[in-house]
Amino acid sequence: MNFKNLREYLAWLYYQYLLITGIYVLEPWEKSIFNSILFSVIAMVIYTSYVFVPIHVRLALEFFTRMFGGQPESTMTLMT
Amino acid sequence: MFEMTIFLYLFFFCQHFTMLLLLLYICATKLFGFIFKCIGLKRKTAEEYDKGSIIKNPNVPHNPSLYKKPFVESFEETPLMVAVLTYMGYGILTIFGYLRDFLRQWNIEKRHIARERDEQKDFVPLYQDFENFYNRNLYIRIRDNWNRPVCSVPGPKMDLIERSTPNYNWTFEYTGRVLKDVLNLGSYNYLGFAENKGPCADAAIEATQAYGVGVGSTRCEMGNLDIHEELEQLVARFLGVESSMAFGMGFATNSMNIPALTGKGCLILSDELNHASLVLGARLSSSTIRVFKHNNMQSLEKLLRDAIVHGQPRTHRPWKKILIVVEGIYSMEGSIVRLPEIIALKKHYKAYLYLDEAHSIGALGPNGKGVVDYFGLDPKDVDIMMGTFTKSFGAAGGYIGGKKELIDYLRCHSHSAVYATSMSPPVAQQIITSMKIIMGEDGTTLGADRLRQLHENTTYFRRKLHDMGLIIYGNEDSPVIPMMLYMPAKIGAFGRQMLKKNIGIVGVGFPATPIIESRARFCVSAAHTREMLNTALDAINEVGDLLQLKYSRRERPLPSLGWMSDESLLKD
Repeated sequence: MNFKNLREYLAWLYYQYLLITGIYVLEPWEKSIFNSILFSVIAMVIYTSYVFVPIHVRLALEFFTRMFGGQPESTMTLMT
Repeated sequence: MFEMTIFLYLFFFCQHFTMLLLLLYICATKLFGFIFKCIGLKRKTAEEYDKGSIIKNPNVPHNPSLYKKPFVESFEETPLMVAVLTYMGYGILTIFGYLRDFLRQWNIEKRHIARERDEQKDFVPLYQDFENFYNRNLYIRIRDNWNRPVCSVPGPKMDLIERSTPNYNWTFEYTGRVLKDVLNLGSYNYLGFAENKGPCADAAIEATQAYGVGVGSTRCEMGNLDIHEELEQLVARFLGVESSMAFGMGFATNSMNIPALTGKGCLILSDELNHASLVLGARLSSSTIRVFKHNNMQSLEKLLRDAIVHGQPRTHRPWKKILIVVEGIYSMEGSIVRLPEIIALKKHYKAYLYLDEAHSIGALGPNGKGVVDYFGLDPKDVDIMMGTFTKSFGAAGGYIGGKKELIDYLRCHSHSAVYATSMSPPVAQQIITSMKIIMGEDGTTLGADRLRQLHENTTYFRRKLHDMGLIIYGNEDSPVIPMMLYMPAKIGAFGRQMLKKNIGIVGVGFPATPIIESRARFCVSAAHTREMLNTALDAINEVGDLLQLKYSRRERPLPSLGWMSDESLLKD
């Protein structure tokens, strides 16, 4: 495909999105419902990733270092 | 406690990590693709993919010695990603379908369709099954691509009446304009006999003046005219069989003659993709029906063996008759029946063979005599030769050919011979004239030219579509060319975009095909000129790029080699 400008390319991308999701055949109000639901879900996922992923990673690292990292030597003595 | 914590961590990470993984996957595929490109590694070759397609379509000719020429048939596998996206599309549309049904249920939205009356509200619901749901919520939305009114001869070009819809395809209005000269890629006009001038039309006019348009009586009573006798003798000569019989309706030829041939205690072995008329006939006959996989000889042989070994269920008496029912060209797949193998099986297991040549008669074979001629076989090996006059001959009706005893039996036992009105004389005359042209009995080579033209057009069109990277199903000699679209929205989009370019095509969706294998079906005709085909191919190429239809993963020649030039075709 040859595109004259970015606008045309974006229009084509939107057309592909319509075709692949199947909402090409829907009526305009249904299209807007679908789009708003999809975009709000994506926005929420992105927002929650931004907020929570660093916390999760820090907690996970702490947790795993505690689990596998510093094993106190006293356990060995206890066992023997 | 530890397990619990791990579980919670995993649970919270799930959502974010799926996204991350998806992004990583996309990046990785792009990166590896780029690296492979750089170091010159190729993707799978055509042979590897052919091997892949055999898995889906396990009917490799296991007895190639029976064929006089190569039998090339391909059903490329659906790419996995496309299949997933197609299901997703259907999922989304189904959800919206439920939403709309809900709105209609509570009278929030106006109902345009039939529904139960209030008095019926405690009765069994009438419109709740899947077919009704599909029609209401999926088919209606793209309905403008079907049932377009034609207002001219459906030859290579036709005129369509323009329609518009005020309420998203629930009702249509005529705008009063006519779309002129729409290129017709949908009619089964294989030999181009759908004309309103020329020798056939002249002969039909003469026949109308001599006989009128019909006598309104059956063949057994007063409806038997000399033109019918002439037609039947000609058909028998054309097919190379002892005797034949013509009927006024092609569908009824199948659905009313199979019950006359088989009954209780008989077994019908039917191909899974047989036409509705054959299925109806088989069901009406009250015989046992067993279905074998499409064109799959192993499956057929297994059914035959089982039938002979075990006999009828419970009583274990041998079957009275075993009838194999197949079609010449399957109109949805574009595949040709493996007739040499079926005849070998039929002879070996002493079964009967019913061959429906609806699409293949006139369209296949060096002399246009159908699939028997195509494989160079003896027509006497096929017990019941059925076919229609609707397609290649540009007329209407059907025939049955075979041994004289068989035809004499059918004459007095077939419902469509005893009860149906005899064929209209102008129609019979159209068939006689066109058949004589095909046989070369009119003293010209027009028929041979048309057959050659059809074959050339088929090869050309198939080759070009294949080179564009579209997925084409079927045998390379079949003039029915299904092109895969897969996604539900693309059926509608393809039909509309092609009509914008003044080309009429036929889209085929769910009830006629498996749900993800939606397709567009082109029917090539001898009346199409090379320019028409090139116009169509240009348009398909353009729309194919726009809609991303080039799914094929086979190796294809680079565009710089000039896929549009005729030289590249002639060279190889």
